[in-house]
Amino acid sequence: MTQSPMVRARGLRLDYGAGASLVRAVDEVDLEVAAGETVAVVGPSGCGKSSLLHLLGGLERPSAGEVWLAGQRIDRLRETAMARLRNHAIGFVFQAFELIDELTAVENVELPALLGGVASRTARRRAVELLERLGLAQRAGHLSAQLSGGQRQRVAIARALIGDPQVLLADEPTGNLDSTATVEVLRVFDELRAAGQTVIVVSHDSRITATADRLVCMRDGAFVDETRLTGGGHRPNLGAMAGWEA
Amino acid sequence: MQDVLLALLAKEPSHGYELRARLQAALGPLGEPMNGGQVYVTLGRLERAGLITVEQATGQADRSDRKVYLLTPAGQQRVAAWLAETEWPRPAPVEFHLKLVAAAWAGLADPVGLIAVQRRELLRLVGDAQRAAMAEPAGSVAGLLLEGAVLRLQADLNWLDQCERHWSTRRGQGS
Repeated sequence: MTQSPMVRARGLRLDYGAGASLVRAVDEVDLEVAAGETVAVVGPSGCGKSSLLHLLGGLERPSAGEVWLAGQRIDRLRETAMARLRNHAIGFVFQAFELIDELTAVENVELPALLGGVASRTARRRAVELLERLGLAQRAGHLSAQLSGGQRQRVAIARALIGDPQVLLADEPTGNLDSTATVEVLRVFDELRAAGQTVIVVSHDSRITATADRLVCMRDGAFVDETRLTGGGHRPNLGAMAGWEA
Repeated sequence: MQDVLLALLAKEPSHGYELRARLQAALGPLGEPMNGGQVYVTLGRLERAGLITVEQATGQADRSDRKVYLLTPAGQQRVAAWLAETEWPRPAPVEFHLKLVAAAWAGLADPVGLIAVQRRELLRLVGDAQRAAMAEPAGSVAGLLLEGAVLRLQADLNWLDQCERHWSTRRGQGS
């Protein structure tokens, strides 16, 4: 593979505090995520996986190391440039949806585009298209409080996609959802993967992590294990689950 | 397989291919590797056990798919017993547990390493089952079975996390 990765981190470190109370939340992490790849980051609570996501998305600045997005180094951008980048090149999805309750679904989705200076008619058209794509056309005019958990998270994903981001970063996207709603969100991620969207997802939910292309395990801020789950000649053997002789 | 075929025949006499189609619809992707002849082999056993009888449809008498299978009174009793039974498959992962205990006790392998390998296998299975479940149309009965497979595997993965905590604090102690 000669193509440069969509996301690249080199020697990434994030320290909190100093001296005896220094906590190294992210410890010398190297990561490369290819365009169109879905990478899941797993590990116990407090292992630094959310901090890593914040660094990759420019929500926090690293104590050391580099972050590259689509060939551009981003960890040293000025705050205004970083804010612009977060607005259109990076999509965020959070566990608690973070929608604005007073706005309708479509208004929530178009908001980042409007803030980014996109004409309101264009923003509305994009937002409606995205809601249709995520199966929410009928819910576009509903206030977010009137939606189910799975619907709210799909609205949040549509909002994250409004700027056509180069990477989608998701932090426990099914953490607040029941089993049925989890499947709704899984279907969306599956569709995004098929459409070539680059995704980095932090999750405790094995349904999310097991359907990624690659799984990275973190402990105490560092990567300790990596597993490729798709490709490599893996053929599903569902019959084994039922106990039939293959 | 024997019990479900008997239960399917409790409603009405059927051809072998009808029984097979019902099974395939209920199992979805999990039924795909099932051997095509398996249903007929099982029907033969049930017939010899006196639980079903066979009637040849008139006409092409020697073709097996012209046979119609009927439940006998003994077969009906067996269906009733099957429905009342509460047996449940493998409630505890005993074999893997014993493998970890034996590996640690005898110093054959690091249990934590065995757990990591096993977790990877289970994750692949969760991924396969989850993708298969998402490929099923909404409301599919076979999707429900795949959901069951995913939920059980998730429980096993949670248990593996506990295994890892246990064995990583006892590394080299063999207990």
